Amino acid sequence: MDLHELEAIAERELAQRPRLRILYCSATGCQASGALEIKRRLESLLAETGRQVEVDVGAVGCLGLCGRGPIVRIEPSGETFEHVKPDDAAEIIAALDGHSCDVARCDQNHPFFTRQMLIVRRHCGLINPDRIEDYIAVGGYRSLYHVIHEMTPAEVINAITRSGLRGRGGAGYPTGLKWATVAKSPGERKFVICNADEGDPGAFMDRSILESDPHLVLEGMAIAAYAVGAEQGFIYVRGEYPLAIERLQKAIAQARRHGLLGAQIFESGFNFRVDIRVGAGAFVCGEETALIASIEGRRGQPRPRPPYPAESGLWGMPTLINNVETFANVTAIIEKGPEWYSSIGTEKSKGTKIFALTGKIRNTGLIEVPMGITLREIVEEMGGGTPDGSPVKAVQTGGPSGGCIPASLFDTPVDYESLAAVGSIMGSGGMVVMDAHTNMVDVARFYMEFCKDESCGKCIPCRVGTVQLFNMLTKLRNGQAKPSDLSKIEELCELMRETSLCGLGQSAPNPVLSTLHYFRHEYEQLIGAEGNHGS
Amino acid sequence: MTTSTTETAADRSARPAGDNRRKILEATMKRFQYQGDALIEVLHKAQELYGFLSPELLSDIAQRLHLPPSRVYGVATFYHFFSLAPQGEHTCTICLGTACYVRGAALLLRELEELSGVKAGRTSADGRFSLLTARCLGACGLAPAAVLDGEVVGHADRSNLAARIRSLLGREE
Repeated sequence: MDLHELEAIAERELAQRPRLRILYCSATGCQASGALEIKRRLESLLAETGRQVEVDVGAVGCLGLCGRGPIVRIEPSGETFEHVKPDDAAEIIAALDGHSCDVARCDQNHPFFTRQMLIVRRHCGLINPDRIEDYIAVGGYRSLYHVIHEMTPAEVINAITRSGLRGRGGAGYPTGLKWATVAKSPGERKFVICNADEGDPGAFMDRSILESDPHLVLEGMAIAAYAVGAEQGFIYVRGEYPLAIERLQKAIAQARRHGLLGAQIFESGFNFRVDIRVGAGAFVCGEETALIASIEGRRGQPRPRPPYPAESGLWGMPTLINNVETFANVTAIIEKGPEWYSSIGTEKSKGTKIFALTGKIRNTGLIEVPMGITLREIVEEMGGGTPDGSPVKAVQTGGPSGGCIPASLFDTPVDYESLAAVGSIMGSGGMVVMDAHTNMVDVARFYMEFCKDESCGKCIPCRVGTVQLFNMLTKLRNGQAKPSDLSKIEELCELMRETSLCGLGQSAPNPVLSTLHYFRHEYEQLIGAEGNHGS
Repeated sequence: MTTSTTETAADRSARPAGDNRRKILEATMKRFQYQGDALIEVLHKAQELYGFLSPELLSDIAQRLHLPPSRVYGVATFYHFFSLAPQGEHTCTICLGTACYVRGAALLLRELEELSGVKAGRTSADGRFSLLTARCLGACGLAPAAVLDGEVVGHADRSNLAARIRSLLGREE
């Protein structure tokens, strides 16, 4: 494979593509709402009129507005339909021919779409994730070619460093610095790992990227491998994501067949092989040392750091671990330059971030927004507030490691530092909206139950602390707590933060502390309230 | 799949030596060159083939991969995905992720427990139905979400789920 062949594939693909296309979202959400039945109906209707060649019915990745699925888009007009039913097939074909059609349309001028800035999700909803030709047709694998033939590994690392990209898994560690550490760490072999163990409940950004544009992640990983000097990569995917696994398997096989993964990529001396490892349902495996243990076939238990995986990771070798979204940002940085990338966002948080907007919100789905946008813009303008128009009470970011931010602080800009300053974290991108019906003590207890179940049991503060906190919150919920219990809860939270081994235990108190801070009255109301607790 | 999930250990030992599930598992282990690192991959395959991980199966795998049985047991019990007991013929998994929780999944689960007489995480005495929970299926746009025999059900509510479970179990009530 060389650049000419790549261009030839792209040209062939574009030339044979019919002008009339009906594209349906084939990601998990829309499939569950019946997208495949709609596809069958469209195809059989077109076949009846002999138009199956003239009109292409194609699968595409996630179109974002998951709460209104199944979503179907037609080209060339670009009209997008929501809540599509199989019986709407004939109407949609009519719309394709320019006739009127009664199927509900997505309002593309809504802030939900117009306020987005698509970098990682730029191909989502445009390409068929099962076809490498589609990815090549939108410019795919050019960045990898460019990097291998025209840049040194040091230049690649330098570009990533200057872009200001930070880890999208939640902690926000500078990506370029991580790559540089792995590159300079001595080791006979090095590894690149993509962390796709998206465990935060309420987050599905990574699933959507893998289901919609798997080659984007593979290309990002290959560029990283070239930069740090690795020949073997692993993608560690949650077992709960069967569709993402299937699409990744297909994508890896296609890339290998085209000589874009494997030995002597683009006829150079660079080799890179990628294997999938399927997680087995343990939240703690999102922690990098636990994830490594899991790939090695052991219990997913973290170990103390340092040494960091960058120096001693998988099988003791220097290992680069980045999140799906981090890798998915790489090709855009190579393509358009680090200066372009660093012009987006805030001083310390560059680029865009994808959020999964869920809970009591009108427009549920995925949004990619520039860093620095305010929570108010996301929740009220893009999300459209609560479904029944009642006031939003709080938004939870960062899952079990994050906190609840009250509506009074919605002017907070979304960047790593600002979210930390209000007691939450950026996290991987889950954003759960809560209204007056959500009791904050219940939310804290919900997360503590989660952490209690997911604690790996290795260190005492986390193993015992999560159970004790859960019991205290349960006692409180049942109206059996004494006034002194609140300070006990706070004391235990502090202790866990300071002494737990890994991020799970250190951050498990965050949902409790943030709700105690902003919604203390809800806790106080429950003290000595035995017998009058409602649900 | 449904036949394998309800099969007892006794049934399995009664199978002829030429049981091809064993061959498939063996091929998986061979593909990983019988390395202990591949334990989780092998357990995934074993569970896919047999429906659950019986003690005999675990000690068999330990022997083939040259691992102490304690390590194999330790890994099998650490991860939620692995089940050491047979699952029901039909399963219903309720997502308890945050988005589903905020939209009433906990209440839905309680109602299904009452309706089916099966506690969350358990299987009915006749082995026909398991009620399970999951930590976020990543289908938050459809909250509350459930999985009924492998099929994702969005915006699940008591009446539609209950009706579908009843029809699966062939119960007329």
